[in-house]
Amino acid sequence: MTGPIADRIRDKLTSRFAPVELSIVDESHKHQGHAGHDARGESHFRVAIVSAEFVGRSRVDRQRLVYDALKDELADRIHALALSTKAPDEA
Amino acid sequence: MTDQTVLDRIKNEVTTNDVVLFMKGTPVFPQCGFSAAVVQVLNYLGVPYKGVDVLQDPGLRQGIKDYAQWPTIPQLYVKGEFVGGCDIVREMAQTGELTTLLSDKGVAVQARA
Repeated sequence: MTGPIADRIRDKLTSRFAPVELSIVDESHKHQGHAGHDARGESHFRVAIVSAEFVGRSRVDRQRLVYDALKDELADRIHALALSTKAPDEA
Repeated sequence: MTDQTVLDRIKNEVTTNDVVLFMKGTPVFPQCGFSAAVVQVLNYLGVPYKGVDVLQDPGLRQGIKDYAQWPTIPQLYVKGEFVGGCDIVREMAQTGELTTLLSDKGVAVQARA
């Protein structure tokens, strides 16, 4: 059972990175009462992506690509996004 | 858009201090789990650094995102160069790359036993 924001994240990352592996975990419940917590939930996510798009790119470049793909969600709703970005041969 | 004076202030911070962490809260009292995690890494490595609390200044809080073109905080800088946020710093600490980076850049590290 996933929420609408998690579904949007999944759709955008899937179309942008054609990931070999993708996991999206909603950790918002761990942050209740903390600054940035949203009563609607779906504010804190942990995302792990394995994609050939990351081959030959630095860690900073990889995360920038992900942030860019999710910029609407980051501006609107996501308060925190923990990221793991790996190329297929690193996974 | 961020005021040029804010960007100049950031540039000044990261070039006059070897290691700078822009964070929420202070190294002693981090106000965010991600900032706390980077503080823990830096303390573990025994590297001297300057913590800058972005919560004290809304202009700086936005400005640092524009400066690095990086939408999240914390942000770690070594000798003026943006290294990354919490995930990257933790990964680099685990693989030993962070220690290598610091010593390559001439920053003394004193690992605690």
